[in-house]
Amino acid sequence: MNTSIWQRLDQVGRSLAPAAVTTMLVLLSMVPLQLPGWDKLVPSMALMSVYYWSIHRPDLLPPSAAFTIGLLQDMLAGTPPGLTALVLVTCHLVVETQRAFFLANGFLILWLGFAFIAVGAVLLQGMIYTVLYQTLIPMQSPLVQAAVTVSVFPVFASLFISVHRAFLKEV
Amino acid sequence: MARLTALKALVQRFSFLLLLMTSVALMMLGRMDPQLVEHTRARVMDAFVPIQDAISRPAATAARLIETFVDIAEVYKENKQLRQENARLLQWKQAALRLDAENASLRSLLRYRPEPKSTFISARVIAAPGGPFLRDIVVTAGRREGVHRGQAAVAGAGMVGRVVEVGEWSSRVLLITDINARVPVVLDGSRQRAVLAGDNSDQPRLIYLPPDAPVTIGDRVVTSGDGGLFPAGLPVGVVSFIGDHMVKIQPMVDMGRLEHVQLINFGLPGGLAGEAERLTSLK
Repeated sequence: MNTSIWQRLDQVGRSLAPAAVTTMLVLLSMVPLQLPGWDKLVPSMALMSVYYWSIHRPDLLPPSAAFTIGLLQDMLAGTPPGLTALVLVTCHLVVETQRAFFLANGFLILWLGFAFIAVGAVLLQGMIYTVLYQTLIPMQSPLVQAAVTVSVFPVFASLFISVHRAFLKEV
Repeated sequence: MARLTALKALVQRFSFLLLLMTSVALMMLGRMDPQLVEHTRARVMDAFVPIQDAISRPAATAARLIETFVDIAEVYKENKQLRQENARLLQWKQAALRLDAENASLRSLLRYRPEPKSTFISARVIAAPGGPFLRDIVVTAGRREGVHRGQAAVAGAGMVGRVVEVGEWSSRVLLITDINARVPVVLDGSRQRAVLAGDNSDQPRLIYLPPDAPVTIGDRVVTSGDGGLFPAGLPVGVVSFIGDHMVKIQPMVDMGRLEHVQLINFGLPGGLAGEAERLTSLK
């Protein structure tokens, strides 16, 4: 018996870090900052987090976690239930097929990959909204938002990397 | 062992499919039974109010701090402007007092029955969660404070939206700029009726406006009260753009900087709003 209950608890706590960080970012992205244009341009932080963790620790952020977090966002945001869940699970699915490639290459490739995912996510959402509302959805501000999300990705990636190093070295 | 890992992979592949199918099923459920979804949403919203309330406070403080510095830099210019505006408003005040007295005397001649008095519920904005596809806010007032579905939300000089979901102590307001928002309005000058339709941009459009209707930039747009959804005469915005087949409105209020809103209870909802309410209670 070389792992005590405290060590076990510690391990469980640490392994919750990816999901906890993602949930926190969902809540943070909803804070009204009273900055001009913020409400439309706020980057989709959950997408960044799901992208990062499904490459680096898919075992700690499985598709079911992505689904649950997406559903939470839908419930809080007023978006159609299941929409964000679908987007995050799809992101997980797509990224996991390319996981080895991302792990073998450097940060620039990671960033580039995220650009594809972010634009794809926005287009997917636009398509679903168009079907649900049966009207063409203006895509200008969603695409601008995707660009903002891609451009701030390194900042968030460095946050994920530091969480990764601080909590998940031995887990 | 190899078979076990193969099985595991299979389950994993199916779990993806299962999750994707559940998402689609949920979206369909949301279309088929919006009330169930609304109910669940209100619960979740209520549960997260304390967290969202707490994290929105420092953000509001920080925003105010930045604003203070900007204000200090512009205080002289603004003071001059305000003096001029004050002089102009004093003239208007005289005009308003005169009109008020005249109105009162004319009403007494006509035995006019005034509209029921409106009451206000003030609430703080704790989340603007919509992202680029949706324009909504979550505020800290719910059923306990007397909020009902359909109440108009105003901030400062004008209308900002309508309550679409009510929880115990929180509610969600769909802004007039959202693609699903429709507000019956009237142009203040010409009394021309139209419907204000959001399109997720900052400037909603006027629809059902006859092509020969006289519209000029700067015309005020107020709620018409048609359908009994909103009280009549709430300022909504001013005409800001007139193009071919398209008239755009600049809302009175900057939707990106809402801190507090007031929800208006204007007596018993009649007309379409009452109808909707009755249908809801029947279900």
